[in-house]
Amino acid sequence: MVQTALIMLGVGIFAGIAGSILGIGGGMIITPILTLGMGLDIKYAIGASIIAVIATSSGSTIAYLRDNVLNLRVAMFLEIATTIGAISGALLTGVLDPKYLYLLFGALLVFSGWNMYRKLRRGQEVLQRVEPDKIATKLKLNGSYFDKAEMKDVDYQVENVPAGFAVMYGAGVASGLLGIGSGAFKVMAMDTFMKMPLKPSSSTSNLMMGVTAAASATVYFFNGSILPSIAVPMALGILVGAVIGSRIMQVLPARWIRIVFIPIILYIGLQMLFKGLGVHFL
Amino acid sequence: MADKQPATAREMAEVETIIGRILQVGVIVSAIIMTIGLVLFLVTGTSGYPGTTIPLRMGAILLGTLQFKPYAIMMLGTYCLILTPVLRVIVSIYAFYKERDHLYVWITTTVLIILLVALVIGVHK
Repeated sequence: MVQTALIMLGVGIFAGIAGSILGIGGGMIITPILTLGMGLDIKYAIGASIIAVIATSSGSTIAYLRDNVLNLRVAMFLEIATTIGAISGALLTGVLDPKYLYLLFGALLVFSGWNMYRKLRRGQEVLQRVEPDKIATKLKLNGSYFDKAEMKDVDYQVENVPAGFAVMYGAGVASGLLGIGSGAFKVMAMDTFMKMPLKPSSSTSNLMMGVTAAASATVYFFNGSILPSIAVPMALGILVGAVIGSRIMQVLPARWIRIVFIPIILYIGLQMLFKGLGVHFL
Repeated sequence: MADKQPATAREMAEVETIIGRILQVGVIVSAIIMTIGLVLFLVTGTSGYPGTTIPLRMGAILLGTLQFKPYAIMMLGTYCLILTPVLRVIVSIYAFYKERDHLYVWITTTVLIILLVALVIGVHK
C-alpha cells in the first residue's frame, strides 16, 4: 500500500513536470503506466488521467498567472469553443463513428507536427505582422510575456482567430467524445493556427485544459471511476511536479520545448491515425 | 470597449494576480485535504469502507469525512481539486468586472453557463 502510494507519487511528479512544460494533460503518460505497467482496469486509468489533467492545469497555472506567461483573454475566449465542443462530443457519443474523428484529428496532429518542424528549421520563434489582425485587436487578444530564457519582454500578435476557434471546438469534441489529446490540440490551435509563441500557447493550453476536464471529471467522480488509493497520491505528485515544471518551462529556450514537443505530437497523431484505420499500437 | 490600450497590460496583470491567488488557495486546500486522507489511509491501513467500496454520494463523503474515514477524506479532497478550474472561471468574472472589462465579463459568463450545462448533462449521463 505504501509502495503503491510512493510509485504513484513519483509517476505524478514526472507527469506533472512534463505536462506543465508541454501544455498537455499527461493522460498519455499516466494511462499507459497505469494499464500496462500496473495492470489497472482501464476505467480507473481514465478516471486517474482526468484528475491528472486538472491537477496539472491548476498546479501550473498558479505560476503562469503570477509570471504573466499565459494569455487570459485568449483562454477565456477560446474556452467558449472548447466547452461547447465538449458538450457536443458527449452528446455525439454513439451517433458519430469515432473512426472518422480519429482519422481527421490524427491527420491534423501530423500536419501540426510537420508545421512545427518547419518553424524549428526557420529558427525564428516570434512573428510580428505589419498589419494587425482585426478580430484579434477587437477582442484584445494580442499580448506580451516576459521570456526568462531570453530575459526580455516578447510582444506578439494573434492571427486567424476563426480558424483557432474552430480547432478549439474540435479539441473540445475530441476530449468529450474520445477523452484524449485535448492538450495537444489546444497547443496546436494556438501555435500552428493562431501563430502565438510556444510558451504562451503551452501555458494557456494548461489553463484551459482544467476547465474542459472539470466538466467530464464530474461524471467520472460520481460513477466510481476515481480510485482514491491511486488517484490521490498521483494528484499530489502532479501538483508538486506542475509547480516545478511551470518554473522550469519559463527558463527553457522555446526551441528546446519545441524539440521535445514535435515527436510527442507526431506520436499522438500517428496513434490516432492507426486507431482510425483499425490498427492498434501503444 | 472604448477603453485606452495602454491600460490593458496593467489591467491584465491585476486580473491575473487576483485569479492566481484564489486558485492557489483552492489548490492548497485540496492538497491539504488529500494529504490528510492519504496519511490516514497509509497509517491505519484501511479505507474505512468494506472491500472495494468507494463513497460516491456527496452525503456519504461528508458523513465519512466527519467519521475520519480515509477514503471519504480522499474523495472530498479530489472533489475540491475538480472544482478549482470552475472556481477560477467564477473569480475571473469578478476580476474582469472589477477592471470594467465588460466584453470579457460577458465572454467569461458565457463560459461559466456552458460549463454548468456540461456539469448538469454530466451528472445525468
